[in-house]
Amino acid sequence: MAVTGLNATDNPGPGVGVVRALRASPEFDGRIVALAYDALEPGLYARDLVDDAYLVPYPSQGTEALLARLEHVHATVGLDVVIPTLDAELPAFIALQDRLAALGIATFLPTAAQLEVRSKARLVALAAQGGLPVPASRVVNDPAELYAIHQHVPYPLWVKGAYYGAERAWTPDEAVTAWHKVVATWGLPVIVQAHVEGEEIDVNAVGDGRGGLVGAVPMAKTLLTDKGKGWAGIAIQDRQALALAARFAEVTRWRGPFELELVRDRSGGYHLLEVNPRFPAWCFLTAGAGMNLPWAVACLARGAPLPDLSTYTVGTMFVRIALDQITTLDTFRALATEGEWHTTQETP
Amino acid sequence: MNDLLPAYERPVLVRHARGAMNKFSRAASMQPATELDGVPYDRLLEAYGSPLFAFSERTLVQTYRQLEDAFATRWPRVRIAWSYKTNYLDGICRLLHQQGAWAEVVSGFEYDKAVRNGVPESRIHFNGPAKSEADLDKAFRGDAIVHLDHFDELALAERVARRLGVRPGVALRLNLATDGVPAWTRFGFNLESGEALSAVRRLIAGDVLQLVGLHCHIGTFIPEVGPYQQAARKLALFANLLRADHGITVDFLDLGGGFASHNTLKAQYLPGTEASPTFARYAEAIVDGLEALDVDPLERPTLVLETGRALVDDAGHLVTTVVANKRLPDGRRALVLDAGVNSLFTAFWYKHDVVPTAPVHGIPEPTILYGPLCMNIDCMRDTLQFPPMSPGEHLVFHHVGAYNVTQWMQFITYRPAVCLVGQDGQHALLRRRETLDDVAGCEELPAWIG
Amino acid sequence: MDDRQQLRDLALNDKGFVFDPLTGATFSTNPTGLQILRFLQEGADRSAILAGLQARFDVRGDDLTRDLDEFVSTLRRQGLVGQDFGL
Ligand SMILES: Cc1ncc(COP(=O)(O)O)c(C=O)c1O
Repeated sequence: MAVTGLNATDNPGPGVGVVRALRASPEFDGRIVALAYDALEPGLYARDLVDDAYLVPYPSQGTEALLARLEHVHATVGLDVVIPTLDAELPAFIALQDRLAALGIATFLPTAAQLEVRSKARLVALAAQGGLPVPASRVVNDPAELYAIHQHVPYPLWVKGAYYGAERAWTPDEAVTAWHKVVATWGLPVIVQAHVEGEEIDVNAVGDGRGGLVGAVPMAKTLLTDKGKGWAGIAIQDRQALALAARFAEVTRWRGPFELELVRDRSGGYHLLEVNPRFPAWCFLTAGAGMNLPWAVACLARGAPLPDLSTYTVGTMFVRIALDQITTLDTFRALATEGEWHTTQETP
Repeated sequence: MNDLLPAYERPVLVRHARGAMNKFSRAASMQPATELDGVPYDRLLEAYGSPLFAFSERTLVQTYRQLEDAFATRWPRVRIAWSYKTNYLDGICRLLHQQGAWAEVVSGFEYDKAVRNGVPESRIHFNGPAKSEADLDKAFRGDAIVHLDHFDELALAERVARRLGVRPGVALRLNLATDGVPAWTRFGFNLESGEALSAVRRLIAGDVLQLVGLHCHIGTFIPEVGPYQQAARKLALFANLLRADHGITVDFLDLGGGFASHNTLKAQYLPGTEASPTFARYAEAIVDGLEALDVDPLERPTLVLETGRALVDDAGHLVTTVVANKRLPDGRRALVLDAGVNSLFTAFWYKHDVVPTAPVHGIPEPTILYGPLCMNIDCMRDTLQFPPMSPGEHLVFHHVGAYNVTQWMQFITYRPAVCLVGQDGQHALLRRRETLDDVAGCEELPAWIG
Repeated sequence: MDDRQQLRDLALNDKGFVFDPLTGATFSTNPTGLQILRFLQEGADRSAILAGLQARFDVRGDDLTRDLDEFVSTLRRQGLVGQDFGL
């Protein structure tokens, strides 16, 4: 099984969480192949998690280059499932899924159209038609519009990139500066969204592609880093958050994993800030709470019977740590110069 | 020379840094482009010199057919009017006219060029915000389709038509709001404010110009289909209103141009080859919007397209030669090329796809590509990972067929030659390289200078 | 720090992977660069390096002197030799 997103830095990609969840399944029996975009993605060096590590071309290089590399990986170690975990690579994997299936590599992904409707630029329209509560937002492709933006989106507001990146602004001048910053890093479109004060709740869920939910676990963050990233969290029994996840899966007929980023305001109202079309970095909590969603996706991809996903243990917590892995110069050299590394190469 | 020894490469040493350590990055696995439709670039350079614009007839014709098929299979009457300003080399225009394209022009000069290319004047759509009285006179005599841009032009057009004693068919250019694309409100009559409706009333009251079409052009390089669906729907609803309230049935709805080619904007992350919608997706969106028309399916208006860059961009390539290698104080490598932004105007907007014309070896490094001008703005490509190159080696910039051979400027040096590679491997000039006489030929010397 | 000693301490691998144990920095170099580093480790001087490159590679119209000078300035910039190291 192959997983991407091994960039387990202080703003971690989801790959390591997905790998740990897969390994946590009693039915797992096989090798884990890590697919990375840089020889310094920390997850590549997790020797207790990753059996084979490969560098692959960046999504910005197009699908053909990626396919050629996956064919090489398949030919050398064999792949049965690929779980991509990064927003920017999803279009490429979606475009390739039939050709991967023809090679015997299974995926369980949303469609290109589903990916598009939940994009930050389209979310408002989706919300209007599906009854999902999204804060006032607007796509701004011309910074001049920011001088009149308060007519649609009140300050303070967020200036967000299509994939990643968000800058807060309190004044038009700040908004314009933030706009240029976001465009320089993430490109167009840029989305401006009202800030909602309240408590953050995230839901990790998997849609079955027919309008139903395979499983969902809501989580409240209990510890934030100084950059505002969740560093600990707790599985909660939030029926409204679960209902929103179910509603989202129903209106989009979502296929595959997703994460809802919600805020509950002081009066108990829910606001949908973003939908991520993939697992969140904290998805290992779902395995810990007894509803292993990454494993569920691996089963759905292969058409294998699903594990029991009927309940999860409310109150299960995750507390993240940063740990220093020991590796050899040789491992690094192999990844930097050959672009692959296998635990079998290791001298005991 | 000793073929038994490994080839010498200039020595390089690149420090490993996060974000630049992927053996499978674009630079590390860069594929050269050695030929254009079977003709080696080297041979083209031998024949026509460097730098050189080279067009592929095969790509041009195929792209035209793809555009036409995408729409003709979804709408009964479709007309493609070739947007002259995108590329008005006679050879390119004629190839497109041979495929059936009408002409879309925005000046008297372009109008004359279309006529010279054998386009019947009744097949010319005449756009633009600054047509002169002489332009309108010529267009009305020739029975071309004038697209009115503002009230002053409307009044002028009425005067000209009355003077000529004709009742010409005209279209109104509209501007309208769509989600995600800043509205080009400086062109045409605004739809939402009611200005468009006033223009219709004014036409009816004037009773000399016949309204035969509605036109909008929402922008250029729009890599999304949603705005087209909205624009088409707005035109359709406006056409419904004209029928219901004023008894006017227009012959055509013109959605303008703006489809994205396979280029990549500077601010785009995914390459245009992945990110740009197909013609089929644009067509679906537009036809979906036009479904709002409440006319009998047999009386549907003609759908006019003024697609420019998406038709010709991919067919054009710019071949250039490395003049020098430099090492900048910050450690970056710089290449000086013999083609600059004076030829490749679009280098200001795009991250052009650029590759060597011969297989490359060696370690890619952050490299910036400069043109030959003694001007700081002359940057052909912002820093990218690029394999080592030596003076005399060639690079080719792809997707450069649109707006360059029209917006290029004669500045510091001559404009380069442009050639065409035909469908069967023959090749010929479309435009020769400029000479001193071309440039100085229109100069005059006041007698007292002598 | 003695430049030649720092050069001798560099760990070079046949694939062009270079490790500087003094700073922990790692690099990639191409076969020509690797050869120059090896010559430098052996204590070769400018003319010996130029002659050695001529003998080991198929050189056609390249400007070895200029390339060598640029390579040495890269070594200086990357801190693999001192700022006043010259050949
Ligand atoms: C009126 C009109 N039509 C068509 C075009 C062609 O547009 P594009 O090259 O974006 O397809 C333009 C270009 O600006 C235009 O102004």
